Amino acid sequence: MSASPALDHIQAGPHGHHYTTTGLDSRKIAIWAFIGSECMLFASLISTYLIYKGRSVVGPFPHEVCNPPACGTALKPILNIPVTSASTFVLLMSSLAMVLALAAVENRNLPKYSRGDRILGSSKLWLWSTCILGAMFLGFQAYEFTSFVHEGLSIRTNLFGSSFFTLTGFHGAHVTAGVIWLGTLLAIDYKRGLQPADAINVDIAALYWHFVDVVWIGIFTLVYLIQ
Amino acid sequence: MAHHDQAPQGGHGASAPGAAHTAAHDAHAHPTWKQYKWVALILTVITGVEVWVYYIPSFVASRLFVPSLLIMSAVKFAIVVMFYMHLKYDSRLFRALFTGPLIIAVITIISLMFLFGHLAVRGGS
Repeated sequence: MSASPALDHIQAGPHGHHYTTTGLDSRKIAIWAFIGSECMLFASLISTYLIYKGRSVVGPFPHEVCNPPACGTALKPILNIPVTSASTFVLLMSSLAMVLALAAVENRNLPKYSRGDRILGSSKLWLWSTCILGAMFLGFQAYEFTSFVHEGLSIRTNLFGSSFFTLTGFHGAHVTAGVIWLGTLLAIDYKRGLQPADAINVDIAALYWHFVDVVWIGIFTLVYLIQ
Repeated sequence: MAHHDQAPQGGHGASAPGAAHTAAHDAHAHPTWKQYKWVALILTVITGVEVWVYYIPSFVASRLFVPSLLIMSAVKFAIVVMFYMHLKYDSRLFRALFTGPLIIAVITIISLMFLFGHLAVRGGS
């Protein structure tokens, strides 16, 4: 017990938690503040894309056919909605896998009565699933970027290309960081097993991962679907 | 799978000792496995509807297209934030830390749309 009652709240808790005078874990406050700042970062990138939308002088264009003289040859709309829909589904499922990984870590010490319990309670399985689905999303993005470059759209081609590659590239970088983060959690899980006391670390990673998912929900609608 | 239908026991984000403990712990209940499953299903269905309406030319040409897509996107956004990010069950401080910047971000996007002429206020003349 410290001299000041207020200091009791900022001491580390039984599992090394860093409590504040709010009664909340400081790391969780930090990740929410970080996510709030990321909201504004992506708002600036999305608004840049929307401002430049429809103002490209030369093709390829996202939703419109490009005919000469704007393009050397006639070009189809460049966005591939079926592929992006598949990658959106993959990212949504990765969020489901992530919440199951968190629940598995939280419930590690509970008895597993059935095969279903053991599957749902396997943090390794769900962390692997999240990592693989995240990597699949990045694969879809790499395929999309490569096909765009082959079709004549690069970051220097027009305003659409500049704002599109910047926005989706930043998002892809966030997904990459998330996959690496999840990889470190997996390494810890294999090394000593993630215990309920580690749930805060998984929760923070999960919050970041879900945020990357909600950003994509916005991008998918604003960039890909709205013409 | 009985125990997965109950809220997880771990209280890792808001379980400090003291007066804040009870309220914070109560606010930290998580959705159940069944709820997670339903949330995933609803998100998938909404995404499917979004893509489906994209391929209906008459709907794309109508005035309903953009508002309906924005509403569906906002619903998906809210569902993920409330259930997967547990904001519905978590501390009000976390809600404030997220919704405050989010509101600023949305206002910034709308303001820039007006500023650059993508949205217009039609005057009656």
